[in-house]
Amino acid sequence: MWRYIAKRLLQILITLIIFQTLLFVILDAQPGDITLQYLTNPKLTPEIREQMQVALGLNKPPLERYIQWLKNFSTGNLGISFTHYPRPVIELITERAPRTIVLFLTSTMVSFLVGFYLGKQLAWRRGSGFEYAMTLIGVILFTIFTPWFGLMLIYLFGLQLGWLPVGKFLDPILWREAPVNANYVFTRLGITGFILIISIVIVWWATGKLSTRTRRIARLTAIVLPVGAALLFWFNTNIGVFALDMLEHMILPVLVATLVSYAGTMLMMRNTMLETLKEDYVMAARAKGLTESEVRDKHAARNAFLPVFTNLIISIPFVLSGGIITETIFSWPGMGLTLLEAVQNEDIPLAMGALTFVGVLALFAHLVADIAYAFLDPRIRYQ
Amino acid sequence: MAEIADSRHLPYDDSILRMRINLAWRNLRTNWNLFSENPIGLIGLIIIAIFGLMALAHPILMNYYWEPRVYDPVIGYDIEIFKHPSPPSARHILGTDPLGRDVLSQLLYGTRFGFSLGISAAIISVLVSTTMGALSAFYGGWIDALLMRLADVVIMLPFIAILVVLSAMIEFNGITLALVYGILVGFGGQTIVIKSQALSIKVKPFIEAARAAGGSDWHILFTHMVPNLLPLAFLYMMFTVTGAVFAEAALSFFGLLNIRMSWGIMINTAQAAGYLLAGPEYLHLMLPAGLAITSLCSAFYMVGRALDEIINPRLRQR
Repeated sequence: MWRYIAKRLLQILITLIIFQTLLFVILDAQPGDITLQYLTNPKLTPEIREQMQVALGLNKPPLERYIQWLKNFSTGNLGISFTHYPRPVIELITERAPRTIVLFLTSTMVSFLVGFYLGKQLAWRRGSGFEYAMTLIGVILFTIFTPWFGLMLIYLFGLQLGWLPVGKFLDPILWREAPVNANYVFTRLGITGFILIISIVIVWWATGKLSTRTRRIARLTAIVLPVGAALLFWFNTNIGVFALDMLEHMILPVLVATLVSYAGTMLMMRNTMLETLKEDYVMAARAKGLTESEVRDKHAARNAFLPVFTNLIISIPFVLSGGIITETIFSWPGMGLTLLEAVQNEDIPLAMGALTFVGVLALFAHLVADIAYAFLDPRIRYQ
Repeated sequence: MAEIADSRHLPYDDSILRMRINLAWRNLRTNWNLFSENPIGLIGLIIIAIFGLMALAHPILMNYYWEPRVYDPVIGYDIEIFKHPSPPSARHILGTDPLGRDVLSQLLYGTRFGFSLGISAAIISVLVSTTMGALSAFYGGWIDALLMRLADVVIMLPFIAILVVLSAMIEFNGITLALVYGILVGFGGQTIVIKSQALSIKVKPFIEAARAAGGSDWHILFTHMVPNLLPLAFLYMMFTVTGAVFAEAALSFFGLLNIRMSWGIMINTAQAAGYLLAGPEYLHLMLPAGLAITSLCSAFYMVGRALDEIINPRLRQR
C-alpha cells in the first residue's frame, strides 16, 4: 500500500513537471515579453525597459529561464501580482484557496450521493416514465449553460423570493463590526464540517454489520449528536452570527455546482447497474428470497459502486470547470474568480498561479481518489 | 501496367461495390431501428433538426424578407421604435436588445455560429484522437508511452480554466477556438478510449491478413484500423459538440472571445447593459439565448447517449 502511494506520488511529481513545462511553453511562445506591456507608457523609456528585462532575467537563454521557472515553482515563488501589487501570488492563493476547496468538496460529495441514489432507482425502473423523465431532467441540468442557470436562480431566490443573498461571500454591512477577519471564521467552519463528515462516515462504516433496528438508532444518534454539539459550540462563540451569514451565502453556489454535475454520476450509475443486474449473483440473491430492496441495495448497487467511483475521478476537472463558472456568477472570491479577473486585467503572474493551483488541486484530488479506490476495491491489492 | 489498370474495371468490382452498399444500408437500418427505440435519442435528434433549420433560415430571411439595416444581428438598428430594449412585438418577435438589434435575428445567427463551431471542433478532435489512438496502439513503445502520459496530463486539466488563460495570450475567434478545443479534447480522454479500441482491433485476423498480403504500416493503419474506429469516434463527436458549444458560450459570456455574435455574447450584452436582473419584462433578453445553448448542448448529449446504447453492446436490452 505505502509503496503504491509512493509510486503514485512520484507519478504526480512527473505530471506536475510536465504541466509546468506546458505552462512555460505557453507563456514563452508568446511574441515579445512582459515588458512590452509598458510599450505605450511614455514614462518608461526603452532603456528602462531593457533594465527591466535584465532584472527579470528575460534576456537569458530559454533553457536557463526554464530551469529558473521550475526552481521558483518548487520553492513556491510564483511571482508578484500586478493588480494586487506588492502582494506575492502565493499569498493570494493561500488566502483564497480554502474557499474553492470547500465549494469543490461539498458539491462533489453531495452530487455523488444524489447521483448514486438516483442512478440506482433509474436502473431499477428501466423503461418506466420515471426513468425517461429523470434522464431528461438530468441531461438538461448536466448540459445547462451554467452562467445562465446561476443567474436565473439568483433572479428567482435572490430577487423575486428574497430568501437568499444575491451573491458575494459575506454581507459587508454585518461584517463591519466583526472582531475577526473572514478567513478566521471560514477555516473554522471548514474544519467543523470536515470533522462532522469524518465522524458520520466512521459510524456508518462501523454499524454496517448490526441488525436493521439498532443500526438505524445508532446512525440517527451519530448524526444528531455531533451536529448538535457543533451547533451548540457555534452559538456559544461570539462569531456564530458571522458563520451563519457565510453559510447563507454558500447555499446558492453549492446548489448550482451540485445540480450541474450530479447527472454525470447518475447516468453512469444507471449504465453500470444495468450491467450488474444481469449478473448471476443478483439472480442468486433473488432465489434466496431476499426482499427487492435488499437485492437492489446490497447486491446490485454495491457492485456498481466501483466503476461509478472511477467515473467520479475522471470527472474532477469537469466539476472544477463548473466551479470556476459558479464562482464567477456568484462573485465568490475563490480561485476561479481570481483566475478570470487576473486574465481580464492581464495580470499574467496571478493567472499562471491560479491555473497552477487549479491543476495541482485536480492532481491531488486524483491522488486521494485513487488511494480511496485502492482501499475500496477488494480485488486490487497494490504491491 | 495496362493489365493492372484494366483489372479495376472488371465486372466483379462493380458487384463488390453493390454488395458493400447493400451491407452498409442494412447496417444503417438495423442501427436506426435500435436508435428509434430510445425516445430520448429521438427527442435529441428532433431538437438538432430544428436548430439545423434555424441555422438555414437566417441567410434566407436576411436576403429576402428582412431589411439588413434593421435586422442585421450586429449592426442593425430599428429607428421606428423609440425605446430599446423593446418587448416582443409583431415587428420583432423576440423583441430588441439594449442596442436596438433584433433578438430573433441574433438567435438565428448564433445558431449558425454555434453549429459550425461545435461540428468543426468535433471533427478536429476526432481527427486527432483516431490518428493518435491508432498510432499508439499500432506502434506501442515510446510513441505509446509519450502519448499516454500526455493524455494523462490533459485529462486532468479543467478546460475552461486553460481556455480562459489562453485567451489572455491568443486572440480567440471561432476558428482558433474550435482548433484549440478540438486538439485539447482529442489529446485527452478520447485518445485513451480509442487506443483501447484500436488495441482490440490490432489483434483481429483481418489485420494479420492485410499484413500477410504485403500491406504497409500506413496502409494497415488508414484502410483497416481507422475505419473500424470511426463508430466510436462518431459517438465521441457528439459529446465534443456539447463541450465546444458550452465552452464558446462560457468564454464569450466572460467577454474573452473576438467574434461578431453568438449566444454567449447575447447574454453578455444583456448583463453588461444591466438588464439581467431588472425584472420580468426584460426576460426576452435572457431566455432565448440561454435556452438555445442548453437545448443544443443537451440534444447532442442525448443523441450521444442513445448511440452509446447501440455501439456499446453491454447496454442493450436484449
